[in-house]
Amino acid sequence: MYAFAYHRPGTVRQAQSALHKHEDSKLLAGGQTLIPTMKQRLASPSALIDLGHVAGLAGIEKKGRNIVIGAMTRHADVASSAVVQEHLPALADLAAHIGDPAVRHRGTIGGSLANNDPSADYPAAALALGATIITNKRKIAADDYFQGMFTTALEEGEIITKVSFPMPSKAAYAKFPNPASRYAMVGVFVAKKGSDVRVAVTGASNDGVFRAAPLEAALHTKFNAKSLEGVSVDHTSFISDIHGSADYRGNLVTVMAKRAVLKAQGK
Amino acid sequence: MVSVSMTVNGKAVSAKIDPRTLLVQFLRENLLLTGTHVGCDTSQCGACVVHVDGLAVKSCTTLAVACDGSTVTTIEGLAHDGALHPMQEAFREHHGLQCGFCTPGMIMTAVDLVNRKGHTLDEHTIREELEGNICRCTGYHNIVKSVAAGAQAMAGHK
Repeated sequence: MYAFAYHRPGTVRQAQSALHKHEDSKLLAGGQTLIPTMKQRLASPSALIDLGHVAGLAGIEKKGRNIVIGAMTRHADVASSAVVQEHLPALADLAAHIGDPAVRHRGTIGGSLANNDPSADYPAAALALGATIITNKRKIAADDYFQGMFTTALEEGEIITKVSFPMPSKAAYAKFPNPASRYAMVGVFVAKKGSDVRVAVTGASNDGVFRAAPLEAALHTKFNAKSLEGVSVDHTSFISDIHGSADYRGNLVTVMAKRAVLKAQGK
Repeated sequence: MVSVSMTVNGKAVSAKIDPRTLLVQFLRENLLLTGTHVGCDTSQCGACVVHVDGLAVKSCTTLAVACDGSTVTTIEGLAHDGALHPMQEAFREHHGLQCGFCTPGMIMTAVDLVNRKGHTLDEHTIREELEGNICRCTGYHNIVKSVAAGAQAMAGHK
């Protein structure tokens, strides 16, 4: 790791001014991606602004028809939350299968969404559920937020404070994890709200998380795994690596989408 | 240099450290608590698992400075008055180790698992929960047996 200065703000405002003051500084949330990246010297921020002691950034509440989760809420706390388990069980299930137990004790929802790893789980949930990413400056719809691999709509000095998830009528996440890393080789989040169906895919594309329009159209006609027979997504820009070819991942998208639909129907 | 204070195995410690210092380095090199191991150093293997404020974390992927004010328990903090912790005893009894390198992390993960999920654990749950701990000797069969027995033994121990 290269040397860095360490700052520990107590409020979001202090964090924002520290980010502004220190050029090339980075926010530290749970550190489960940032610290390994820094250890490999793939990142070398001049300063880390630790959000671990910022008041009011962690917590889960039900607000009307939405579940609102603080940015510093750990994966383990989302997974075990009674509120999330009751009103958005698909999200509790997703959080319960990120990494391993020790990683889930540190990793945060805000950190995952800010990083936007093309194989991370949370981006699929945020996009399929039509979440709103709330920052210290504004509210960003998930459809506008994800802008490609490791790229988001976040601007310099912008800090995610909360994420608001509208409650769907049916939803589920099915992932095919890489057996070593537990990152998604392909993960598909399916959400149905009224007649609206949204399907988001992570792990597959070089452009990061995306909505699978052909699958959404098929499920809009009838919300049933059978509707997905013979329906596939264009996989020309898919990831091809030692773990699987683009063709393989392309096929997995439909397979995992079917499993997600069955899971959403409680089958 | 930054100052850091925490409670490690019941003892208050403080030091001035480089902010880069990982929790595992702080434990091993500053406090000479070498029971916590560095295996892969890439947060995959779990040999470095310790408890921070009662929860299992990978100390190779946690900055020591981020644990300022925390309570940390390492493998050295489990035994009391010369008697092994029931989970340690179960690993010995059921031959839950071969070379022993992964054992401190396995035991800290197992104790955390019991704290969260109780004393009656089926094999599936134990295997799923050991996801982040790797045994290069591949001695999982006896590790799983040890965790199940240790979990039961912990029920009668407090």
